[in-house]
Amino acid sequence: MSAGQPTLAAYLILGAILFSIGVVGIFLNRKNVIILLMAIELLLLAVNINLVAFSRYLGNLDGQVFVFFILTVAAAEAAIGLAILVAYFRNRHSIDVDDIDELRG
Amino acid sequence: MLPVTTILFYIFSAILLGSATLVVTARNPVYATLYLVLAFFNAAALFILLGAEFLGLVLILVYVGAVMVLFLFVVMMLDINLARLKEGFLGYLPLGLAIAILGVLELVVVFWTSPLGHIPAPAAIPANADNTRALGVLLYTQYLYPFEIAAVILLVAIIAAIALTLRRRSGTKTQNIGAQMAVRAKDRVHLVDLREPKS
Repeated sequence: MSAGQPTLAAYLILGAILFSIGVVGIFLNRKNVIILLMAIELLLLAVNINLVAFSRYLGNLDGQVFVFFILTVAAAEAAIGLAILVAYFRNRHSIDVDDIDELRG
Repeated sequence: MLPVTTILFYIFSAILLGSATLVVTARNPVYATLYLVLAFFNAAALFILLGAEFLGLVLILVYVGAVMVLFLFVVMMLDINLARLKEGFLGYLPLGLAIAILGVLELVVVFWTSPLGHIPAPAAIPANADNTRALGVLLYTQYLYPFEIAAVILLVAIIAAIALTLRRRSGTKTQNIGAQMAVRAKDRVHLVDLREPKS
């Protein structure tokens, strides 16, 4: 082991703290859909850091391929989420989560 | 004396966590987006530190270059009432903080006690290692079908985003090409006989 290198645990703990910050973000900004989407981006980033760290420490590139696919799906999710947000704002002039209740019977 | 990569790891991690905290607490969504850009830059630096140069550059190009600009566009386009969205901002803070701290503590205990966290650091990456080529070889052989499906997912995202936001406004003077092409001379030119009728 090369001395002083950050261990795998250091990267995993970084990912865990980042994930928790994302969860706190969802709790704090539960009314603002834009910040909710950003918090989801943070959660995905934490997962990506874990996968890349595993890929490096286990010497297996498959983790990086998974990160590649997660990035693709996250980009698609962000684009569609923002499109839904824009369409909703045009109809209701609000992005408050509490206003999104038309489907309630 | 710590190696320089370790010092860089701690610097980038600290900035990443700080900017992530500011993303979720920022008053203004524009600042939140800009802090998220900072967070992505630091995550890209961490990826490159881990020897994943391709993913680090993709994170900067795709996330900072495209997705974050999209976020900024939407944030600036929507005229939202921030005061109303901030109501009860701190109401759920104790619960969220408790859950987050509990989760972090549990995960830290697991990572420190399990042998997983103490996998020895791999040998330094050789200077001529080509991460992009290795990833490309893997993507175009073993993961070819998932790669194609990812392309289809992006296509679906393009079509969905356009279909959701496209709006046909009535009353605008847009060109209707179909009607334009279908026109015949007799529809447009109307010959009227102006001679005085013979009585």
